[in-house]
Amino acid sequence: MSEHIAFVVNGAPRELEVEPRRLLVQALREDLDLTGTHVGCDTSQCGACTVHVDGRPIKSCTMLAVQADGSEIRTIEGLATGDVLHPMQNAFWEKHGLQCGFCTPGMIMTAVDLLDRNPDPTDDEIRHAIEGNFCRCTGYQNIVAAIRLAAETMRSGAAVSA
Amino acid sequence: MTTDVLGARIKRVEDPRFITGNGNYVDDIKMPSMAHMAILRSPYAHANIRSVDVAAARAMPGVVAVFVGADIPYNPLPMAWPAGGSAGIQNNVNTPRALATDSVKWTGEAVAAIVADTAAEAFDALDAIVVDYEPLPAVVDAEKAVAAGAPQLHENAPNNVVFEWSVGDKAGTDAAVDGAEVVVRQRIVNQRLIPNPMETRGDIGWYNPGTDEYTIWMSSQTPHIQRLLLAAFVMGVPEHKIRCISPDVGGAFGSKIFTYADYVLVLFASKQLGGRPVKWVESRRESYGSTIHGRDHITYLEIAGKRDGEVTGLRVKTLANLGGRLSTIGPGIPTTLYARVLSGCYKIPNVYAEVTGVYTNTTFVDAYRGAGRPEATYVIERAMDLFAAEIGMDRAEIRRRNFIAPDAFPYENPSGLGTASGGAKIYIDSGNYEPALDKALATVGYDSLAAKKAEAKARGKLLGLGLSTYIEVCGVAPSKWIGAVGEGWGAAMWESANIKMHLTGKTVVTVGTQPQGQGHETTYSQIISHELGIPMEDIVVQHSDTQGTPFGYGTYGSRTSSVGSTAAIKAAGKIREKARKMAAHMLEASVDDIEVDGANYFVKGSPDRVKTIQEIAFAIDLAFDPPEGMEPYLDETAYYDTPNCTWPFGTHIAVVEIDEETGVVELVRYVAVDDVGKKINPMIVDGQLHGGIAQGVGQALWEGAIYDDHGQLLTGSMLDYALPRASYFPNLELDETVTPSPVNPIGVKGVGEAGAIASTAAVANAVVDALSPLGIRHLDMPYTAQTVWRAIQGAKGGQA
Repeated sequence: MSEHIAFVVNGAPRELEVEPRRLLVQALREDLDLTGTHVGCDTSQCGACTVHVDGRPIKSCTMLAVQADGSEIRTIEGLATGDVLHPMQNAFWEKHGLQCGFCTPGMIMTAVDLLDRNPDPTDDEIRHAIEGNFCRCTGYQNIVAAIRLAAETMRSGAAVSA
Repeated sequence: MTTDVLGARIKRVEDPRFITGNGNYVDDIKMPSMAHMAILRSPYAHANIRSVDVAAARAMPGVVAVFVGADIPYNPLPMAWPAGGSAGIQNNVNTPRALATDSVKWTGEAVAAIVADTAAEAFDALDAIVVDYEPLPAVVDAEKAVAAGAPQLHENAPNNVVFEWSVGDKAGTDAAVDGAEVVVRQRIVNQRLIPNPMETRGDIGWYNPGTDEYTIWMSSQTPHIQRLLLAAFVMGVPEHKIRCISPDVGGAFGSKIFTYADYVLVLFASKQLGGRPVKWVESRRESYGSTIHGRDHITYLEIAGKRDGEVTGLRVKTLANLGGRLSTIGPGIPTTLYARVLSGCYKIPNVYAEVTGVYTNTTFVDAYRGAGRPEATYVIERAMDLFAAEIGMDRAEIRRRNFIAPDAFPYENPSGLGTASGGAKIYIDSGNYEPALDKALATVGYDSLAAKKAEAKARGKLLGLGLSTYIEVCGVAPSKWIGAVGEGWGAAMWESANIKMHLTGKTVVTVGTQPQGQGHETTYSQIISHELGIPMEDIVVQHSDTQGTPFGYGTYGSRTSSVGSTAAIKAAGKIREKARKMAAHMLEASVDDIEVDGANYFVKGSPDRVKTIQEIAFAIDLAFDPPEGMEPYLDETAYYDTPNCTWPFGTHIAVVEIDEETGVVELVRYVAVDDVGKKINPMIVDGQLHGGIAQGVGQALWEGAIYDDHGQLLTGSMLDYALPRASYFPNLELDETVTPSPVNPIGVKGVGEAGAIASTAAVANAVVDALSPLGIRHLDMPYTAQTVWRAIQGAKGGQA
């Protein structure tokens, strides 16, 4: 009992046969080997599994793979352009916005979405935007600093190379 | 010359893999023919197992094996650290088996395991197992568990007592407390917490039938210790036939130190399946019920002294809830790591503590960030505030009045650092507490506190300020001391490092410690770059695999920067000495005339007669022309056993505002002045403090594991357990004083736990301060809106 789905993942067309109950995060991690997207809980609380579906951040543990049929998906693996890191990736590195790294991909995907919608957020807006993503290591402070730096970098349009 | 990187804010070398999604956590690993395991866990907190029927599960699609307790031929899991240190301590030990056989003692104890072709098939089949339980009455509260008539968990532990342990001078303390001018008494609860690393635990077991060897990939802080314990105590497999690998570990906070049933199960299952790798990944719900919890103390404190503010005695009785069975070092936490540091940074002449370890029908309790020291800090810092309030003294002043003086170090405290059996002692090595206090008070504007309170009151808010002047014990530990205290720990606490400089000058450092997010690949690289004068990019730091790294005790207790780093520095020193001898040979000079400046080895007075360490490595690694008797290769290993622990200290100040109408507590400012000695990488130090503070604040304001009276974990998911979110915090204001530790060559102390140790008490004292105008002098955590609202209503004579 499986369903055929076709979607675009990080710019590449992909097709899969999936069980109807298969979660999007399972399809990404196990069928497509995109293990940068993580599973941190089972109640849609932690946000470690956040990816972009048709340009919107989605907790991919809360969406069935069949629901993603026909959509365009972007994961952490699709964020850099070749060897050039996305300014958000670079800012997390620069500002020590990660420790164990497990929440990082989801946190970065949520942060990228925030700046898509609001290029110049206040600290308060940043903190509220990432409320759906848990981090147990950093106390969030350097994550906030990283998002602020990425916002500055992206507003100035500077290209940042790896 | 390379720029010296030691002490610099260097970006982490491990980050590129994490920010691009290329981390390698256990669940990211796939192996050919890999099968998947699911574990059936008890829904009852206390029950006898009459029978387990797995026939239907065996017939389910994809199922390849089903195991129950009787199938597993191994010993129960080890308990490696009984309460010890004085004569006559009996530890009534009961540890879990890989799968329970006759009874279950908490909801979540493993009862059966299913292995299937896919994880989904393994989970599906769990429902087909039929277990006939005989439910028994449960008890989840330590105080109720030791009371007459309580349900009994274990035949060998009357009244559910694991141990009764004491430390300090009972007669002296009784005299000091009972005859004091002022005595303040308070019952305080340090509630149970769930560690919550973002990566749950998980493992892959692989038995290689060709070599009769076992390999396990595990999300562990202690791969070397796990190999030792699995081999020698549980499975009876020779140690050299087990290989433990911890790939990237997604946070741990103590919870991944220990030996867990699933390690045994995946290895056993792989062997039963003829070498098929078996993966198990813990769900978050399983993690909440089956990985260790932390804290859970009920304490009766008595603090005694004079009206002039001198504290003369501290008497403490603590019940420590250790769960339904014992975790690997459960009894060590509320004894050695708690009661022996109860007097904190204060010179209190008489201290006596009694600790009773207690079995209850709850998940086992063991080390969680700070492990004993946050509990001790909470007791003494609440006690100092209670005493100050009683005698009407300023809270900063009473701390100042009782600090151990800066010229009193090394200081042997009266709560038992020096009373381990066998005479092994440790001392508080150094400290200078007032400057940190002064700096924090100045930063927060302590002098204008009354005005701030009045301003807040006008807005309908109760403002409170809380102090926590903490010390902590890092860098565990001298082997002689830890061995003596544990009386059966039977292990040491040294660390190890190997350095190999290859022909090309590229250098591999292997270490026995095990990172979980701390950035060890960066900090060890900084140290070796500094020691050998080579660029950081020429260094790779390898860890986490018992095959290829020297034995080490792993990372916990903020020990890597002081103990592990010193081992690496020792190994670098050996490399330098060998390189000097080789340089002398190459330059046709006497070894005594060779001087070293970074990477350059030159003849004294003739800087142009020079060889770089890379040239030297090339020559000695090839060994075409070594000096007489010198072995080829720059390859040196060092082991380091520290002579003492290290003792960070500092002052944390929290400012909260409480909405009088709703009870909502908001943390509005947080100032931390920490003295962690010299810093290898200040950026990483700040990050450790931020994270530790957030966890400690989390305990004070939101977190708490709650069981109902039947032993059901009501906070069994991230929906129900209140983890801190980004919007809950103000910007944390960090500052420092620097008092180098005399214990190790770079003067570092360790910083992994300091934030969590200091911050809970600071926030608690702030909340009580805010409520003090209502006559409230103590309130147990967490300070949820409901708890605080009830307290306010109760104090006002309303309906609570």
